[in-house]
Amino acid sequence: MKQYFSELYTGGKSLVEGLGVTMKALFMPIVTVQYPREEIDISPSFRGHIDLILDPEKNSYRCITCGMCEKSCPSDCITVKGEKREGEKKKTLVLFELDFTKCSLCGTCVEVCPVNALEYSKEYNLAAFSREAFHYDILKRLEERIK
Amino acid sequence: METISTLPPELIRMVISVIIIISFLFLNAIMMGYAERKIAGHVQRRPGPMEVGSHGILQMIIDGIKLVAKELVVPFNVDRTLFRVAPLLSFTPVILPLLVIPFSEKLQARDLNMGLIFIVTMGSVNVMAILVGGWGSNNKYSMFGAMRAVAQAISYEIPILLSMLAVILMCNTFSLKEIVGAQQKIWFVFLQPVAFLIYVIGGLAETNRAPFDLPEAESELTAGFHTEYSGMGFSLFFLSEYTNMFIVASVATVLFLGGWHGPHLPYGEYLGVVWFLLKVYFLLFLMIMARWTYPRVRFDQLLNFSWKYLVPFSLVNLLITAVIVKL
Repeated sequence: MKQYFSELYTGGKSLVEGLGVTMKALFMPIVTVQYPREEIDISPSFRGHIDLILDPEKNSYRCITCGMCEKSCPSDCITVKGEKREGEKKKTLVLFELDFTKCSLCGTCVEVCPVNALEYSKEYNLAAFSREAFHYDILKRLEERIK
Repeated sequence: METISTLPPELIRMVISVIIIISFLFLNAIMMGYAERKIAGHVQRRPGPMEVGSHGILQMIIDGIKLVAKELVVPFNVDRTLFRVAPLLSFTPVILPLLVIPFSEKLQARDLNMGLIFIVTMGSVNVMAILVGGWGSNNKYSMFGAMRAVAQAISYEIPILLSMLAVILMCNTFSLKEIVGAQQKIWFVFLQPVAFLIYVIGGLAETNRAPFDLPEAESELTAGFHTEYSGMGFSLFFLSEYTNMFIVASVATVLFLGGWHGPHLPYGEYLGVVWFLLKVYFLLFLMIMARWTYPRVRFDQLLNFSWKYLVPFSLVNLLITAVIVKL
């Protein structure tokens, strides 16, 4: 009999307390972000697909076309091609492609690069209707940024 | 104009009040649906519907249009007659109780001298509709939902009736108007707090609302008895759920919270409806808050709670009331 009433008391008390918690929450500010209209800052350690770093001194890429990234890539999704042009000491980069459908964002290419020419982009709004849309021409992206 | 004057005035009065009640019922469902989604959002610290209209105020109207426009799918192998009858059976009886509820001293379609019994009877028909819908769907989820609804309704009807009886003993009438009239000086919630609590808890269970929403427990039974319903079939069940909530809250207002009584207003005979609706929507707000606060009870807990706590307490309460009234 004693247990019967004590259960009733503790149960009733916890119900009222619970209602108090939700009542308080009802008037607290909203914590969600209304995405298309509001955006939060992306963490600096965010890993998007890779991008060539724009060197401010040269106003161009730092890549020396060594192909280390291509060789080290475990998913085999990077294609780098260089060309020896007359009058220039080093090779010129003519193609830097990333097949993002295969990329696992492991970051080996960024780590292995001897001249530190690669970085992670901050792109996350990635949606497209075809597979080919994710075959990025990284060099073209850099040229667009230079313009 | 001449044909109208030849009709019996009582008929015209009834038609007008039924039209007003049905339109109010839709309005109430829209407001409640919106309020529920907004409150659910803010309790979980998100804004709720925001897209359609300012702060999503037109969301429920859009949803209503979508439901009306949708096809009413009748699945293969269901009992076609029962399947189609069930939504109507659930919607019709919820209109009738609104006819006898006194919204204010003069705003009442019909003052039956056994109004309370009428409301309770009509409330029980709704359980029939759930059973018919669940049985007719020929689906194990719907069947389970319907069975649970019946077991729940049977065990919770008793404490509700006993708590109503305590009030009836005090004012000696079944007429809702006279019950409100008897609360001129003091509301019955102060004289019968236990009966009020029992009634509200039982009312939550009667309307199949959380934490007693076992007949439509989403995580266990997909959607319970209305799993197979789409379009208008579903929305009639939905409408009847919200109207049932409104009826339960207004009966609680009539029995315990003094109906239309409140601080004096001009044209009090009609504007008493303001106080009435304020009390009703306060109770409905509490019901919504309860839904977003408490987890669903297990089935044995549900029945235990009714038989071990609500029934004995309402019996003792009734006994004490009877003794005091007799003295």
